[in-house]
Amino acid sequence: MGTLAEEIFSYKLGRPVSAGEIVIVDVDHVMSHDTTSPLAIQAFRKLTGERGGRVFDPARAHIIFDHIVPAATVAAATLQRDIRAFAREQGIQILQEGICHQVMPERGFVAPGEIIVGADSHTCTYGALGAFATGMGSTDIGVAYATGRSWFRVPETINVRLTGRLQPGVYVKDVTLELVRRIGVDGANYRALEYSGPLVEAMSISERFTLCNMAIEMGAKTGLVAPDATTEAWLRGRVNRSYPLLQPQNPHYERVVEVDVSDLPPLIACPPDVNNVVPVEQVEHIQIDQVFLGTCTNGRLDDLAIAASILRGRTIHPNTRMVVIPASREVYLEALRLGYIETFIQAGASVGTPGCGPCIGRHFGVLGPGERALTTMNRNFTGRMGDPTAEIYLGSPATVAATAITGHITDPRQFLA
Amino acid sequence: MGRIWKLGDNINTDVIIPGRYNVTTDRAQLAKYCLCEILPEFAAQVRQGDIIMAGHNFGCGSSREHAPAAIQASGIKAVVARSFARIFYRNAINIGLPVLICEEAVLNSEDGQEAEVALEQGVITNLTTGQRFQAQPLPPFIARIVEAGGIIEYIRREGTLR
Ligand code: SF4
Repeated sequence: MGTLAEEIFSYKLGRPVSAGEIVIVDVDHVMSHDTTSPLAIQAFRKLTGERGGRVFDPARAHIIFDHIVPAATVAAATLQRDIRAFAREQGIQILQEGICHQVMPERGFVAPGEIIVGADSHTCTYGALGAFATGMGSTDIGVAYATGRSWFRVPETINVRLTGRLQPGVYVKDVTLELVRRIGVDGANYRALEYSGPLVEAMSISERFTLCNMAIEMGAKTGLVAPDATTEAWLRGRVNRSYPLLQPQNPHYERVVEVDVSDLPPLIACPPDVNNVVPVEQVEHIQIDQVFLGTCTNGRLDDLAIAASILRGRTIHPNTRMVVIPASREVYLEALRLGYIETFIQAGASVGTPGCGPCIGRHFGVLGPGERALTTMNRNFTGRMGDPTAEIYLGSPATVAATAITGHITDPRQFLA
Repeated sequence: MGRIWKLGDNINTDVIIPGRYNVTTDRAQLAKYCLCEILPEFAAQVRQGDIIMAGHNFGCGSSREHAPAAIQASGIKAVVARSFARIFYRNAINIGLPVLICEEAVLNSEDGQEAEVALEQGVITNLTTGQRFQAQPLPPFIARIVEAGGIIEYIRREGTLR
């Protein structure tokens, strides 16, 4: 009897639990990446003693290199070398084939009803598959590597019910920005967001990833979508173990936020906070030095497809640069096969190795002083992409592609046939 | 006792320690760039025992533990805020950086004033005005982690996570 979050914890513990309880549970998978692993390893060593400690289960411990790949500096290369040594010692496989939040589900490390902790705040993305997944700091992850356990305060849940039909040129990214505007950057602090309603039921898994990815931008512990036939179809061939299709049962929600998306226009989040959201038309005059298509929010095949459909046969504006980074090798190969990559290169874009790219401001497209970027990222914080005086605007892949062509923020609807 | 560094709402982890400076586990290096984005003078002027007082949602954004680590290494004794972002709050407790939730203390204190925090009682005293404030009590489980000095010390003491 409860929200999806309560159902998952109750299933796991074999007894009913409800929001507010602090519980200690066995986790199913633990993840860290190249930037957060070093401190997690430090915590692991501190807990288990300098040598001899073993991770709880190397097959369920995942280290993914994505933040600075290939290593851009000696400092990064040194940390990565040390992480590799740890992984070898523990028998953990390091994956370097895309953004952790894309690779984890693609590789089948996420299934409905599972509990997953990751040393990255956007771990909440996996809730799109009905798993309880949340980001933690490195010490918590070090503890989970050593013990296979973690403690949680079972969260209260806000139900976000989405209805209506999206207009052409408006995408799930726009819906997500609208939710951050309405709920606020801490409106869901400590809570789970459970997404439901006809629009969510009709969404692809990729769209659900976009939706759940930005739960943390409202402070939430996780975003969740109850698993359905779409989920099962996506998991086929990726996950072979059995999993429960848990659903909310007579849930008590802290509140329900209902949004009819029918009148929603394309939106932009203006710097420096993600809830500074305005319709694209209000900021169309703003000149953009660089656009960036990628990240764990919007670097998947459907995102690249939308952008490629707008850019096909066109070139990017001479005053604007464009960076494209597929979220994973799987996405990259498929985009190559479908001709999207060729479209981007012919339009004048730089296409990068799957990973985070300039999203954390360390390589492959950082911004200079006073420059402005429009990106498909999830955060527009000061200094995130390079110089602190640079400005970051957030929008959908379609808005990013349209802007690449004109050189200023542009409503994508004018480019859609 | 120490000086109060007063900050606003939604101070995010990119502002506490920018991504371009957290490619290290060296805490002294992290402290050098702590809050550099909004308070360039902070790293040079902060003294052992100083206190950060912040508005709502302190520490929002990424899960980087470099953020509380940078604050801890800078000498800050405690962060008092109207509210904290979830991951930051948990990280701070795990590494033993005291974090206190207290609306009143923040609303009644100014940047540059002197304050003292009695951690065990959760009492914040503004020495400039003489006012005393009681922070929100911690849930018992979390209080035990804090008392042990962090999650690692807690598990070592208990023998396991329980
Ligand atoms: S793409 Fe950006 S938001 Fe996503 S994991 Fe990488 S750095 Fe974080």
